[in-house]
Amino acid sequence: MTAAPTKCSTLNGLAPAAVGFGSLVAFFIAAEILIQFGVLNRFIVPPPSEIIGSFYRIITEEHVFSRFLLTAGECLTAGVMLTVFGVTGGVLMHRFRLLQQACETWVAALASAPFVLMYPLFLVIFGRNAWTIIMMGFVAALPPVILKTIEGLSGTRKVLVNVGRSFNLSTTQQFWKILFPAALPTIFVGIRLGLIFALINIVGTEFLINFGGLGQLIEDLAERYDLAGTYAAICFVILVSVLFFMALEKAERWLRPVG
Amino acid sequence: MAETGRLTSAGSPAPLVGPVTLLRVAIILGALAIWELLAHSGWLYRDVVPSLLAIGRALYALLTSGDYYFNLGVTVGEIGLALAIGALSGVAIGLLLGANRFLSKAYEPYLYYLGPTPKIIFFPVMIMWFGVGVESKIAIGALSCFFPVVLSVAAGMRAIDKVLVRVGKSFRADPWQMAVKIYLPAMRHPVINGVRLGLGFALIGTLLAETKLSNKGIGFLIIQAYSIFDMPRMYAMLIVLFVLAIGANALVGRLGGLDSIKRS
Repeated sequence: MTAAPTKCSTLNGLAPAAVGFGSLVAFFIAAEILIQFGVLNRFIVPPPSEIIGSFYRIITEEHVFSRFLLTAGECLTAGVMLTVFGVTGGVLMHRFRLLQQACETWVAALASAPFVLMYPLFLVIFGRNAWTIIMMGFVAALPPVILKTIEGLSGTRKVLVNVGRSFNLSTTQQFWKILFPAALPTIFVGIRLGLIFALINIVGTEFLINFGGLGQLIEDLAERYDLAGTYAAICFVILVSVLFFMALEKAERWLRPVG
Repeated sequence: MAETGRLTSAGSPAPLVGPVTLLRVAIILGALAIWELLAHSGWLYRDVVPSLLAIGRALYALLTSGDYYFNLGVTVGEIGLALAIGALSGVAIGLLLGANRFLSKAYEPYLYYLGPTPKIIFFPVMIMWFGVGVESKIAIGALSCFFPVVLSVAAGMRAIDKVLVRVGKSFRADPWQMAVKIYLPAMRHPVINGVRLGLGFALIGTLLAETKLSNKGIGFLIIQAYSIFDMPRMYAMLIVLFVLAIGANALVGRLGGLDSIKRS
């Protein structure tokens, strides 16, 4: 009796996903036909079949995996740095209320500042190497981590703080046993936002200065006028970004308390 | 007790400068002093950290140069057009996705995951499609702006109070009237927030495209200053750009009435 509605609802749930994927496939087929019949210029938009064919080529000839590892390493370094400095900065600003009152609006304003445009300056300071890219990712991603850490610590429920006080916890114990665990989900939201900002800035800087991993690959292929390869590399970067965000989402859900 | 408190606070005059302002001034002065010390210390490469006087002179030269305003005009025009294209298409598609649960489930995941990918990687494609002129910069700006607007509008539309929608339907409002009289006023906050985010992304996308391949605009001036190692001019341009970006962001929020929304 219950099997039929369940099956029906599963099918209903799958229908939008199928329509979405089907539209994507239909779009690529339409593009392929228009290019093959000369309606779209193949020297501007390469046929999707050619793009799919060039995937194998860029994976084997352009050392995609070593480039991916390089970009991932830069992201990881920037991520560790922004977690350490961002969370510490947020904790310090929460601890010293005067500092928070004086600087929080500045940090919020900096969150909307176009840090990535400072890359020529970072090139001069750090040179044309991985540190320029890492520092670009780190600096641009710092404000959301600081702001979310403050938000998480300030949003700790009064009841929890009072429970800590009733147990006569010291300031350090209060922080490690009450404030930090309660703020952890919000802090992780900040770290996730920071990592997204860092990835955007790292790949963007790699592309702009033609150095490093996946961003440089796109620039290299575009300069060689390897159109199919350029599109395939862009698809690869999108795929990596999507997987990265999915992994972060899963980690965030795992950290968040149920309910 | 309350009266006593009021009398006490009336008796002791408030300090002219509060501790927060004092700390802010101290931080700014401390940062400037450290900067000047670094500039004269010789610890870093010469001219990497120019003196404040040199930056001040470069800032004055920049703000009194007609060439700078011409390039600023080019960039502002590109960003304005990018914002108009990206935000309008974002609002239209966002309304469509927010109103239709099926379409939202079918297409929104793609937008959600494409949203945070670095849009500058599409620049070679935009050059192929729109050429090396201002069109490709506008295109990359519009593409960068589109995603935050569409996601914010779709989410905002789904959060509209169902009562308001029922009121519109009970008055037999047509789809256009529903959009203009019910949906858009009810989702003012997410739309403005989306446009604010979109403005930031359009600004970054357009300026980065200018630094990559252009012969006019602020991005071009920045990369030109880098190529001739004119560091004070580069710092001056970055300062002006940061002030303009933060100011434009605040202005969009103020014009859109975000303050009044928060108060209410």
